[in-house]
Amino acid sequence: MSNDWPLFEVFIRSRAGLEHKHVGSVHATDARMAIEHARDVYTRRQEGVSIWVVRSSDIMASDPAEADSLFEPARDKVYRHPTFYAIPDEVKNL
Amino acid sequence: MYTQALDSLGKDCLPGGSADSAALEARFQARVDADEKIEPKDWMPDAYRQTLIRQISQHAHSEIVGMLPEGNWITRAPTLRRKAVLIAKVQDEGGHGMYLYSAAETLGISREQMIEQLLAGTAKYSSIFNYPTLTWADIGAVGWLVDGAAIMNQIPICRCSYGPYARAMVRICKEESFHQRQGFEIMLALARGTPEQHQMAQDALNRWWWPSIMMFGPSDTESKHTAQSMRWKIKRFTNDELRQKFIDITAPQAEFLGLRIPDAQLRKEEGSEHYHFGTIDWSEFQAVLKGNGPCNRERLEARRSAHDDGRWVREAAAAHAEKQRARTAKAA
Repeated sequence: MSNDWPLFEVFIRSRAGLEHKHVGSVHATDARMAIEHARDVYTRRQEGVSIWVVRSSDIMASDPAEADSLFEPARDKVYRHPTFYAIPDEVKNL
Repeated sequence: MYTQALDSLGKDCLPGGSADSAALEARFQARVDADEKIEPKDWMPDAYRQTLIRQISQHAHSEIVGMLPEGNWITRAPTLRRKAVLIAKVQDEGGHGMYLYSAAETLGISREQMIEQLLAGTAKYSSIFNYPTLTWADIGAVGWLVDGAAIMNQIPICRCSYGPYARAMVRICKEESFHQRQGFEIMLALARGTPEQHQMAQDALNRWWWPSIMMFGPSDTESKHTAQSMRWKIKRFTNDELRQKFIDITAPQAEFLGLRIPDAQLRKEEGSEHYHFGTIDWSEFQAVLKGNGPCNRERLEARRSAHDDGRWVREAAAAHAEKQRARTAKAA
């Protein structure tokens, strides 16, 4: 069993209007310290205006081995894209 | 910041196994060949995993140990501007170590295990940091040459097949450029200064040149793992290719500084962009690697005492967090 402090995943919003994006992880005793560490490690050059941290053990992820059954069904549904529909060139604003 | 073809330093890790794993391995290799990235939860050959753990953790250790020779000059930087810059650079090295440890952890090794390997002396780090920084000019030479060689090594790793390593390298490479430029600026100021300052710059170049070009690792003919690492797209260029590239771009910079590279055989090949250079003394490289460099012991001692002296802080922080959790639970 590791004596490491818990691992937190770090998400940074680079500027207002953009979503938070995963950048890496830090070890910390609690969430507050994780935010402080994330600030030192990932925002030394104003890379962010907001930080999220979440315990790595709290993240549920899909299994890469199941990627086909999860994502394959969308592959043959090209009619969900606007380019599927042929519209005569003369028709405007569509 | 500092890789030195560390992948060539470990034990043999060639793939092998049953028919099942052969099929998985073929699929894995097909993905790599198609330039797909491999992510932490994807299936990967154990040898690929072990090679990456070794290379990324040794790279991380190099960043952390690399803070020592430069940290040595923070209190003696000649101006406030130089001091602020050097602090920022050393802090970056710490940050780079953190990015890399975090990338290595995605492969299933704990931070604690990696630190233990470093402190026990079983993990390697770039042997360039076993040389001392004797004068202020060494800080210039380290930034210009050592960071320069590191950038040359690292830029191709931004396209490495393993996603978390590649992403950490992109972040690192963005920050490295400042390191190299501040080093060159220090060299320029000294080279254009008094005769004594010029001599100081020349002396630093004399001592750092050969260790820097050894950072690219053994010659291709000696490097056993290059072929496998290139097949896995962990490595994109051979040691000798990168070394030649580094010398080709650095020689004109030395000329601009008015400094002489300590290699009597160094000259531009006629009708070519390439420089011919003298024979590298690999016995020195091997000696430093085996622990007999000028500062090997001092560096590990510094890391060990930092780790030991910080123990009570780590324990106190953990105890405090535990107490807070218990209090919150009770109040709820």
